[in-house]
Amino acid sequence: METRAAGEKMNPILLVLFYLVILFGAFISLYPFYWMIVIASNSREAAFKMPPEWMIGTNFVDNISKAFARIDFLNALGNSFFVASVTTIAVLFFCSLGGYAFAKYNFPGKKFLFGFVLFTLLVPSQLSVLPVYVIMSKLAWIDTYKALIIPAMASAFGIFWMRQYITTSVHSELIEAGRIDGCSHFRVYWNIAVPIILPAFATLGIFTFLNTWNDFFWPLVILKNESKYTIQLVLSQLNSLREGVDYGMILSAIFLATLPLMVVFLLFSRWFINGITSGSVKG
Amino acid sequence: MVRLSERTRESLTAYTFISPFFILFAIFGLYPILFTFYLSFFKWNALGPMTYNGFNNFKFVLTDSTFWTSFTNTLLINVMGTIPQLICALLLAVVLNSALLKGKQIFRVIYFLPNITSIVAVTLIFSVLFSSEGVATWIATSIFGMDMESISWRAGFWGPKIAIATMVFWRWLGYNMIIYLAGLQSIPGDLYEAAKIDGANAMVRLTQITLPLMKPFIIFTVLMSTIGGLQLFTEPYVYFSQSGSATTPKTGITMVIYLYSEAFRTNFFGTAAATAVVLFFLTIVFSLVNTFITNRLGGDQ
Repeated sequence: METRAAGEKMNPILLVLFYLVILFGAFISLYPFYWMIVIASNSREAAFKMPPEWMIGTNFVDNISKAFARIDFLNALGNSFFVASVTTIAVLFFCSLGGYAFAKYNFPGKKFLFGFVLFTLLVPSQLSVLPVYVIMSKLAWIDTYKALIIPAMASAFGIFWMRQYITTSVHSELIEAGRIDGCSHFRVYWNIAVPIILPAFATLGIFTFLNTWNDFFWPLVILKNESKYTIQLVLSQLNSLREGVDYGMILSAIFLATLPLMVVFLLFSRWFINGITSGSVKG
Repeated sequence: MVRLSERTRESLTAYTFISPFFILFAIFGLYPILFTFYLSFFKWNALGPMTYNGFNNFKFVLTDSTFWTSFTNTLLINVMGTIPQLICALLLAVVLNSALLKGKQIFRVIYFLPNITSIVAVTLIFSVLFSSEGVATWIATSIFGMDMESISWRAGFWGPKIAIATMVFWRWLGYNMIIYLAGLQSIPGDLYEAAKIDGANAMVRLTQITLPLMKPFIIFTVLMSTIGGLQLFTEPYVYFSQSGSATTPKTGITMVIYLYSEAFRTNFFGTAAATAVVLFFLTIVFSLVNTFITNRLGGDQ
């Protein structure tokens, strides 16, 4: 509301109050992260101090090596990276292809089929979990990454998002020109449309990668062998170990697992946040 | 003739391009959903033969006191974690939108950080905050003057629910705030100009212009929170996994944990399917009711 702020001087007391609210909200958002760093870098007793510990300590390496001794952290990180990357690449390809068809082609049943895609967004995944598990065991895909990746390779949200973007950003004249020059349909998509929609790839890519990386329920159901565990499963395992809970050790591992995502998010935050809001505006 | 075949080719290309989604959805979405409804009328342990069981699975679930405990838990945690959260998110969005021109970006990013953190990480961080002698206990004793012995975040009725509702609150506050902020920015500024000329003060402008125009965004967030909230699983599952036992204590069991236990802890796939069907209908009912209530709250426009 630029116009309002420019046209009207705010009451200074109110302005100070507003700033306090904003800063308090930011404190609420950031404090648990800071607390994580404090506990991860202090000795085991720090979590139980009253009043709480405020200072960052020097025990991080100690804590993280204890965590490494208990779980195969780097292996799990690699597993998660593999599953999330392959899923993301597949989603980007299939959803942009589908979104491109919905945006730029005319074909019988188009409206109905697109409505159907949107409708599937509303169906809760719990409704299909059991039979999908049975299908996976029939295919002997239990305990394999195929079971995690293949059902997730095309998403309704991705098709919707790509269609919205392609409708406005890829001009039909460009496609026609490509066709007249003798390009095949797929070549036009690949050589003309894809380079234009790379920003949409960034948004959908981060979104898909984060969701896959953070997923817990489905890997918990599918993966049995601990060497195949994703990072979320391995982290949750830390909490269930019985030899007395060592919060410094747990939070040092959480910190190390959260850091890469934070860096990626901070680099791409603009695209990501825009993706979230456009989904709600249209939805 | 040539034009016609070109059009047909074009249609075929389009069908090919959209087919991956529909093939995957048919196998891993549509067929499983129909199968879940079918399965809910049978007795099955996922290996042996299926035997027809009529409505007995539903009867079992709906008369099982554990199911109703999970229902109450899910509802209470969501009421505690979502209603204050949406109000705070709206408040923050209004404040952020009117107080700051520069720096809005930075605060959007800060508020959004909790949402990109995995639920497992959030749960473990808050497990420490809610440990017996952690920050939450310190706040409860020193600020609210509560008795240390009376506080228990792991057992009892309210303690675990407060802990889990806090996690839900923290992880989704920024997400909803950003949606509200986008809504506020979509309201044209001259509406406020006109209202000001007519002599409307800030409070009137908030209730007469901002809130009614924000209604679609508020309904969207209420709907998403309802659907997502009924599927609550990871927070209580991880929070209570500390004891090392394979079961979740009754005070923290949610409907999806109930479903998960039926299927993957005791292999009662029939009752688990019936639970999924009940959950599905509850989702529809609560979505409709909550949308209706939200619609009425903002007044009829």
